[in-house]
Amino acid sequence: MRIEVIVNNRKIEMDVENNEFLVDTLRRYGFNSVKRGCDTGNCGLCTVWVDEKPTLSCATLAVRAAGRHITTIEALQTEAKEVAEFLVAEGADQCGFCSPGFLMTVLAMKKELQNPTDEEIKHYLAGNLCRCTGYVGQLRAIKKYLGVA
Amino acid sequence: MKQVNQPISKLDGLNTTTGKPVYTDDLAVANALVVKILRSPHAYAKIKSIDTNKAEALSGVECVLTYKDVPNVRFTMAGQSYPEPSPYDRLILDQVVRYVGDEVAIVAAIDEKTALQAMKLIKVDYEILEPVLDFEHAEGHASVVHAEDNLEINFDIGMDRMNNIAASCDMGVGDVEKELAESAVVVEETYYTQAQAHAMMETYRAFTHLDHAGRLTVVSSTQIPFHVRRILSRALQIPKSNIKVVKPRIGGGFGGKQTASVEVFPAIVTLKTGKAAKLIYDRKETFSCTTSRHAMRIKVRMGADLEGNIKAIDMAALSDTGAYGEHCSTVFSVAGYKTLPLYNQAKATRYKGNVVYTNKMPAGALRGYGVTQGIFAMESAINQLAEKLQMDPAELRERNMIREGESNPILSGSKPGKPAVLASSTLDRCIARGKELIGWQEKYPRVESGGHKVRGVGMAITMQGSGIAGIDTASVVIKLNEEGFYTLLSSSTDMGTGSDTILAQMAAEVLETTIDKIIVYTADTDIIPYDTGSYASSTTYVTGNATIKAAEDMRRQIIETAATFMAVAVDEVEFNGKAVAALDGTKSMTIDQIAERLTMTMGEGKTQLIATGSFGGDTSPPPFIAGFAEVEVDKLTGKVEVIDYVAVIDCGTVINPKLARIQVEGGLVQGIGMALYEDVRYTDKGKMETNNFMQYKIPCREDISKITVAFESSYEPTGPFGAKSIGEVVINTPPPAIAHAVYNAVGVNVRSLPITPEKVLLGMINADKA
Ligand code: FES
Ligand code: FES
Repeated sequence: MRIEVIVNNRKIEMDVENNEFLVDTLRRYGFNSVKRGCDTGNCGLCTVWVDEKPTLSCATLAVRAAGRHITTIEALQTEAKEVAEFLVAEGADQCGFCSPGFLMTVLAMKKELQNPTDEEIKHYLAGNLCRCTGYVGQLRAIKKYLGVA
Repeated sequence: MKQVNQPISKLDGLNTTTGKPVYTDDLAVANALVVKILRSPHAYAKIKSIDTNKAEALSGVECVLTYKDVPNVRFTMAGQSYPEPSPYDRLILDQVVRYVGDEVAIVAAIDEKTALQAMKLIKVDYEILEPVLDFEHAEGHASVVHAEDNLEINFDIGMDRMNNIAASCDMGVGDVEKELAESAVVVEETYYTQAQAHAMMETYRAFTHLDHAGRLTVVSSTQIPFHVRRILSRALQIPKSNIKVVKPRIGGGFGGKQTASVEVFPAIVTLKTGKAAKLIYDRKETFSCTTSRHAMRIKVRMGADLEGNIKAIDMAALSDTGAYGEHCSTVFSVAGYKTLPLYNQAKATRYKGNVVYTNKMPAGALRGYGVTQGIFAMESAINQLAEKLQMDPAELRERNMIREGESNPILSGSKPGKPAVLASSTLDRCIARGKELIGWQEKYPRVESGGHKVRGVGMAITMQGSGIAGIDTASVVIKLNEEGFYTLLSSSTDMGTGSDTILAQMAAEVLETTIDKIIVYTADTDIIPYDTGSYASSTTYVTGNATIKAAEDMRRQIIETAATFMAVAVDEVEFNGKAVAALDGTKSMTIDQIAERLTMTMGEGKTQLIATGSFGGDTSPPPFIAGFAEVEVDKLTGKVEVIDYVAVIDCGTVINPKLARIQVEGGLVQGIGMALYEDVRYTDKGKMETNNFMQYKIPCREDISKITVAFESSYEPTGPFGAKSIGEVVINTPPPAIAHAVYNAVGVNVRSLPITPEKVLLGMINADKA
């Protein structure tokens, strides 16, 4: 089936299967920042924005994206780099495979939460798994980025 | 030092973090065939017949391969130096399938949908065999997991195939029985460590194609490019010279990618079809069709006198390698020889037992590589001994542990009659500092926190190695480019740890430059010299030492070249990283000028400066950690929460404090997961139950509170700038330290990991009854 989606502010026509998930479509169309880490909606690696809201693209049927605004990290390089610099400064950038999804959630959190506490930050980001860092370094970095350290 | 021991940022950090396409699947060509594997639904069966006609007839299917289509030569997927200790016990596809998930057929099609459809059209008729599922009853079981007689071993590993024994080990010193008999106090307990999943975020994957010369090119998320080349050469029966392996960025490894779990499948498709192919394991396959940590049972007998002088330690172990023997003998022996030297005062020590085959997913390498298992048993027993002696467990350790300058016959690098000397250790300072940081004096053993919650503290110590003595080798090439910047070529495999950056730091230190002047290029078997790969905590130590040698060689060449250009004697110039200047101040050339004159100036250059350095260690200096856990136990539910985890580390000189700290934090959290909930479980039919993140829980952000990391650096004389390793040692202390803290909180000794609320609660109920 053919759908029209606005990806990173550009209208794209995509051929999708009825049962195809958005993560696979986006990768097929070259948005390689979007990673898949699981088959059960548990890891958060595939997080993109659908109409500005962080969304698991592995749990979103591609056909449901028709007519919506999809944002991947490719379109948010300036903002992403700003967060990344804090992660890198902390050494909390390890394999990086979890990072695009993680950053998409962090950027959404920044818009949503004012002066969050540690608990609020952890709660907001809880769906984003990371096996490398042990999380505490990421938390230090994110707090500095948000100016709440 | 300007570069080493500095918190330098990872050279690839900004790009990997912001989503650049640098991983295996990002690099695969769009029209690569999609490879899928049809897998056994049975734990043990023989294929009576397999019909692929319908699948092959499906439009879009390129090939369907079965056991009839693969070389009949057994191999191992374990990434180890040749000759591998792991048995050659598998075929690419076998008529006998040995676990639920074992490969039955390989399907390649133009897209995933077609491949999946084709899989459904394959008809397999199985003769179901009685599986061996309980590793404690594998030895002498009526079913033999490897009944085939073309299994090969490179040397004696103590295999007794017809009794399901894959390998065995017997090591030690002194007369354990005599010392135990003479001990005033003896602890005798049995400990179980579970199979753990690596759960790296990037699942296993590889992409293959033929290059311009018709050679097989393999792009793989691997820790072991050179071993992959050798493994493929044997499995596919083609010369190594016809294979090239490239490693892009890796999305985590943790030892999982020290086993070549996937490469052979797309590779055989590419060889058969001539077309590009890729195989990407989904999470379910990653959990259930690759490898996990070896589950082990270790019975410890430990004897001491009344003053707390340890007389004897006896460890009788049993390990479950599952259906194939990847890393079976080495993980097993490491559980002994990297734990026993810790307690050097013991007069007699022994480590003995078997590794058995079962009809479950194979076990393999996972961060810690046996030490994690051995340390849980050893340290739990030490804590219990302290309890029996009514002695502070820290004091018991201080009294018995190995110290810098002491020798031990089991320590790596020992020769018969010539025990190796421990050249560096600050373990005593690690313990002292850790006690302070956790508040041992005030908190040991427990603090009632009011209501139904109670807090306890516990501790454990550990060691590991730095590379494999006498086996690991690394070579590094550094070239001076046509301006004053360098390229460093290495086949070590940074899997996110930052090892590329650390190598650049070391080279930059020697060459007195900064890491932005050093391009680090890893890893490609065609153009980069040999390196065993990144495992066994080897990269900082082994490849690091090779890097220093190469950089020193480069430094010498630069000085010699510039001296010649300036017509000054070599000992009358000095190099400060930016320029070579005559000592008398008369002449000077910048590094840019030197490089330019070497490569570009007509008639004068003609000499590209290329330096090499190779290293292989005679010893494997152990890093040490003292780990302390503070837990809060809910007496109503048995739930354990880690309030604070303190680790004080001696990894020698810390090459990069911020990257080292994250290594520690990440490893501790993986260890906390292993201590409290991670557990690979099977149904009574041998099917894995924990094949997704809902069933197999890894720590999430909200599970982790405080982690405290501190370094107490020794100076390792054989290490690069005094450094030892850090990658693996960090995972070992949480299971025993947390078990100890739980015991101190509620009096329940959990000796079988993970420490679930049920086990704690049941322990409390049983204690009440008694
Ligand atoms: S891929 Fe794991 S949550 Fe989407
Ligand atoms: S950095 Fe590797 S999973 Fe997060």
